[in-house]
Amino acid sequence: MADVKLDAPTLKAKDFKSSQEVRWCPGCGDYAILAAVQSFLPELGLEREKIAFISGIGCSSRFPYYLNTYGMHSIHGRAPAIATGLAVSRPDLSVWVVTGDGDALSIGGNHLIHALRRNVNLKILLFNNRIYGLTKGQYSPTSEPGKLTKSSPVGSVDAPFNPLSLALGSEATFVARTLDSDRAHLQEVLRAAAEHEGSAFVEIYQNCPIFNDNAFETLKNPDTRDMALIRLQDGEPIRFGDRVVVQSGYGLEVKDAADVDESDVVVHKADVDDPAYAFALSRLSGTELDHTPIGVFRNVKRPTYDEGVRRQVDEAAAGVDRKEALDRLLHSGDTWTVL
Amino acid sequence: MNTVRQLDRVVIRFAGDSGDGMQLTGDRFTAETAKLGNDLSTLPNYPAEIRAPAGTLPGVSSFQIHFADSDILTPGDHPEVLIAMNPAALKANLRDLKPGGTIVVNTDEFTKRNLTKVGYDANPLEDDSLEDYQVHPVPLASLTIAALAEFEVSKKDAERSKNMFALGLVSWMYSRPTEATEAFLRGKFKNKPAIAEANIAALKAGWNYGETTEAFPVRFEIPPAKLAAGTYRNVTGNVALAWGITASGVATGLPVFLGAYPITPASDILHELSKHKRFGVTTVQAEDEIAAVGATLGASWGGALGVTTSSGPGIALKSETISLAVSLELPLIVVDVQRAGPSTGMPTKTEQADLVMAMFGRHGEAPIAILAPQSPSDCFDIMLEAARMATRYRTPVMVLSDGYIANGAEPWKLPDMADLPDLSVEFATEMNAVDAKGEQIFLPFQRDPETLARPWAVPGTPGLQHRIGGIEKADGTGDISYDPVNHDHMVRTRAAKIAGIDVPDLEVDDPNGDARVLVLGWGSTWGPIGAAVRALREKGVSIARAHLRYLNPMPHNTAAVLAKYDKVVVPEMNLGQLTMLLRANFPGNDVVGYNKVRGLPFTSNELQEALEEVIKNG
Ligand SMILES: Cc1ncc(C[n+]2csc(CCOP(=O)(O)OP(=O)(O)O)c2C)c(N)n1
Ligand code: SF4
Ligand SMILES: [Mg+2]
Repeated sequence: MADVKLDAPTLKAKDFKSSQEVRWCPGCGDYAILAAVQSFLPELGLEREKIAFISGIGCSSRFPYYLNTYGMHSIHGRAPAIATGLAVSRPDLSVWVVTGDGDALSIGGNHLIHALRRNVNLKILLFNNRIYGLTKGQYSPTSEPGKLTKSSPVGSVDAPFNPLSLALGSEATFVARTLDSDRAHLQEVLRAAAEHEGSAFVEIYQNCPIFNDNAFETLKNPDTRDMALIRLQDGEPIRFGDRVVVQSGYGLEVKDAADVDESDVVVHKADVDDPAYAFALSRLSGTELDHTPIGVFRNVKRPTYDEGVRRQVDEAAAGVDRKEALDRLLHSGDTWTVL
Repeated sequence: MNTVRQLDRVVIRFAGDSGDGMQLTGDRFTAETAKLGNDLSTLPNYPAEIRAPAGTLPGVSSFQIHFADSDILTPGDHPEVLIAMNPAALKANLRDLKPGGTIVVNTDEFTKRNLTKVGYDANPLEDDSLEDYQVHPVPLASLTIAALAEFEVSKKDAERSKNMFALGLVSWMYSRPTEATEAFLRGKFKNKPAIAEANIAALKAGWNYGETTEAFPVRFEIPPAKLAAGTYRNVTGNVALAWGITASGVATGLPVFLGAYPITPASDILHELSKHKRFGVTTVQAEDEIAAVGATLGASWGGALGVTTSSGPGIALKSETISLAVSLELPLIVVDVQRAGPSTGMPTKTEQADLVMAMFGRHGEAPIAILAPQSPSDCFDIMLEAARMATRYRTPVMVLSDGYIANGAEPWKLPDMADLPDLSVEFATEMNAVDAKGEQIFLPFQRDPETLARPWAVPGTPGLQHRIGGIEKADGTGDISYDPVNHDHMVRTRAAKIAGIDVPDLEVDDPNGDARVLVLGWGSTWGPIGAAVRALREKGVSIARAHLRYLNPMPHNTAAVLAKYDKVVVPEMNLGQLTMLLRANFPGNDVVGYNKVRGLPFTSNELQEALEEVIKNG
C-alpha cells in the first residue's frame, strides 16, 4: 500500500461489518479477532474500498465474508500468492491475508515463506489454533508432539513448526505475536503491522473451543500467565513475573531476576538488524508455552518486492506510446518487404 | 568455375554435438534465407540435457530448415542436405536423409575413438556404406584453426568457430548473403571483439572454401517466393505468442500481468515478456506454478490482463486455481505449451496430449474456453482472441500451443496496427440493482443477458465492496448459498456461458466440392496436414479439410460440417483425444483417428499415405 493516502475518513467499527451472518462456533476465538479488526480498521484512515482481505480455506479463512471491504475467500494455502499478484499490480490498495495454521504452514508453506522472503506489501494474520478446525479436528503443523486427535488416536509423532522461527528464517522484516483474548494488545500489534512497509507477519493465538479448547490457557489464566507471558516493549528490559531474559551461549535464557545483575537484562529492540536476536526470542518457548513473548519481535526496513517490480515497469513505460512501440517491436530485427 | 543451378525448394539439416552451436547456425541460416524472401519453415530438435556427454548419440542437436520459391507448410519430411559435425550426428540423422542426398561432413571428428563411441565398427567415410549419397568430406575444424592462425584467439576458441565455417560454406552453396550474420556476431560478442572477428573470419573462410576449391562444382539458387505484398519477419511461436500477449495489453488498454515458473518449452515466453516492461507488462517469476497462477488471478481481480504460461506438468499444478477462477468468474489466460508426457516425458519434444486435460482436468463442472494456434505466427492472433474471450466473458481461457510451433519459425506478414482489434474493457463503477427497500445496491453476480458475464468490479471502486470466493454463491447477490436448486442453476449457467461464446464458423476447404472424406485437425498439425492435402490434390484425389482453432466451444457449424462427409479423419499427436470429443459430441459421424506419439510432428508423406488409404478403402 505504498501509495495509500491517509485522508482519515471518519468511519466506525460498524461500517466494516458486512451483511453476512457470522457462522463460527459459539465461543470461537475468531469472533474476538473479528471484533478487534473491525474496530481497528477505521484507524487505517482509508476508505473501505481501498482495503482488500484475501484468505485461504479453514474456519479462520471465512473472515473476509464478514468485513465490508473487498474480499476474496480463495483456496487452501494460496492466499499469499494471490495477494502478491494484487499487491504488485495495485499500489493503491491495503492488502491483508487471513490464514490458519494448516492453511499457512502446511499446504501453503511454500507461498508463505516466499512472500516473506520477497517482502511483498502484505499484512499476514495467521490464526493459530494448533488444530485443523474446519475439517473437524486433525493435528496441524503447530500441534504439540503426542497430541491426540481424530487422525492421531495414539498421539501425533509429527514435530511442530515454531511459526515465528519459520517467518524469521524466511527473512521476514516484521514478525509479531498476539492473543485473541487481549484486544488492546491485538490492536497495538495490528497498528504496528499496518505501519510497516513490506510483509508483516502476525501470529494470533486463537482458541478453538470445539477441537482444541484451552490450548493457550497457560497464557490466559491469572494463576499461570504472569510466569509465562512475556510482553515485549521496545526499548524496555525484558522482565515478567519475577524473571528476566539474559543472553546465554548463542541465544537467550530466562533467569530469576534475583540472580541477575540489572545491567545483564536484555533490552528489547525490534529494529536489531541481525535476525538472530529475534530468532532467539522466538525460541524461548516451544509448544509448551512456558515462556511466551508477545508483541513485535522484529521490525526492520528492507526494499519491498512490489515496489521494485513497479519501479522497473514504471521507468520503462514512462511516456511510451504503446501502439507505436508495438509496431516498432514487430518491425525490429531482420525484416523484408514484398512488393 | 562453378555452375549455378536453380532449385524451387530444398531441405537442409544442420546436425552436431549439443556443444557445436547448431541451433545458432540454423537460426542464422534461417535469417539469411528469410532476408532473401524465400518462404520457409524450421524444426529445431535438441536434447533435454544442457550438455549430454560429448560425441554421443543422445548429445546430438539438429536444426532443419525447408525453404522454397513458393509457399510451404512444413519444415520438410526428409532433408536433402545434411551437415554432420561428428560421427554421432551422421549416425543419428542418416536414416532421415533422402536417397541420393548431399552430406557435408566434418572429417576431423571421425577418429577411431569417436567412431567407437557411437558404435561404428568401421569409418563410414572409408567403406562403401555412404555410396548412395554425395559425400563432401571437409576437415572443418582444422580448416577453421588454420584460417584463424593469425588471430589473437586460443586454439580452443578457434576450433569453436567451426560452426561459422560450416555456415559460410552452406551459405555459399545456397547463395545466401552473410552480411547480417556478420553484424549479428559483432553484436553478440560486443565485449569480446577478438572472438567476433574470429567468427567472422571463419564464416568468410567457409564461404571462400566453397568458392575456390574444386570440391563443390555446383552452387544453387532458390528464387524468392511470391508472397502477398507486405513487410515480413521470421518468427517462432513462442515469440509470436509473447508479442500477442503484449498486443493484447495494448488492445484491451489493460496492464499485462504474467505469472510464470520456468519450464521447457514455455520459458521463452517469460524471457521475452520480461523484456517488454515499456508496454506496462509486469512479469513475476513465482515460486511454483500454483503461485504463478495464483498471483495472476490476484492481478486479474485487480483489473490487469492476467496471463500464466507453462507446460503440462505445470498446468496440472494450476488446475485447482483455474477452477477457482471458473467459480469467481474472472478473466484468466492460461497458456500450455504442450510437450511429450506423462511426467517429465520428453521435455524438448512435441505432443498434443493435453487436450482432454484442458477440457476436463479440473474438479467439479468447470468448463473453460480452449483455443489452439495452428502455426508459429498464428500464436499472435490466438492471444488476441484469448484476451477477447477472457475479458468479455470473464472466464479462464486455455491456449494449447506445443513444442513444435513454440520453437519452429516461419515468415510472418506483419499486421497493420490499424487492424489491431479494439478490445477495450469496461469495469463496473455503478450500483446495478435496487433492493426491497428501494435502495441502490451492487450485485456482483448480476449477469449481462447477452454474454452471461458478471460485472468486473475491481477493488478500489467506491461503493462496490463485495466478497467473492470459491464457495457456491447465489446467482445475482453472490451471497454464500448451499441451495440445491441454485447450485444446479449456477453449474448450468457457467456451462451455458462458455457454450455461448461467440466464435467464427469452421471454414471448409473443399475445392471440387465432391470430396467424401474430410481431414480435420487442430493445433500444430495444420502445416503437415496442409502439405499432405496439397500433394493428394496434385495427384487428382478429392479431399476436404478443415482445422479447429476453437476447441471449446467448437464453432457452431461443426455438426453440420461433419455431417456432410462420409468419413472424418483426425490426425493427432496423441491417442485420439479430439476423436473422442467429436464422437461424444457429434454422434452418428464416422470419425477415425490417425495417431502417432513420437515427440515429432507428422511428416506430410505419412499423412498423405494414411489419407489416401482411407479414401481408397471408403
Ligand atoms: C486442496 C484442499 N485440501 C484440503 C482441504 C480441506 N481443508 C479445509 S480447511 C483445512 C485445514 C484448515 O486448518 P487451518 O488452516 O488450521 O484453519 P482452521 O480451520 O483451524 O481455522 C483442510 C485440510 C481443502 N479445502 N482443500
Ligand atoms: S471449529 Fe474451532 S476454529 Fe472452527 S469455528 Fe468452531 S471453534 Fe472456531
Ligand atoms: Mg487451525
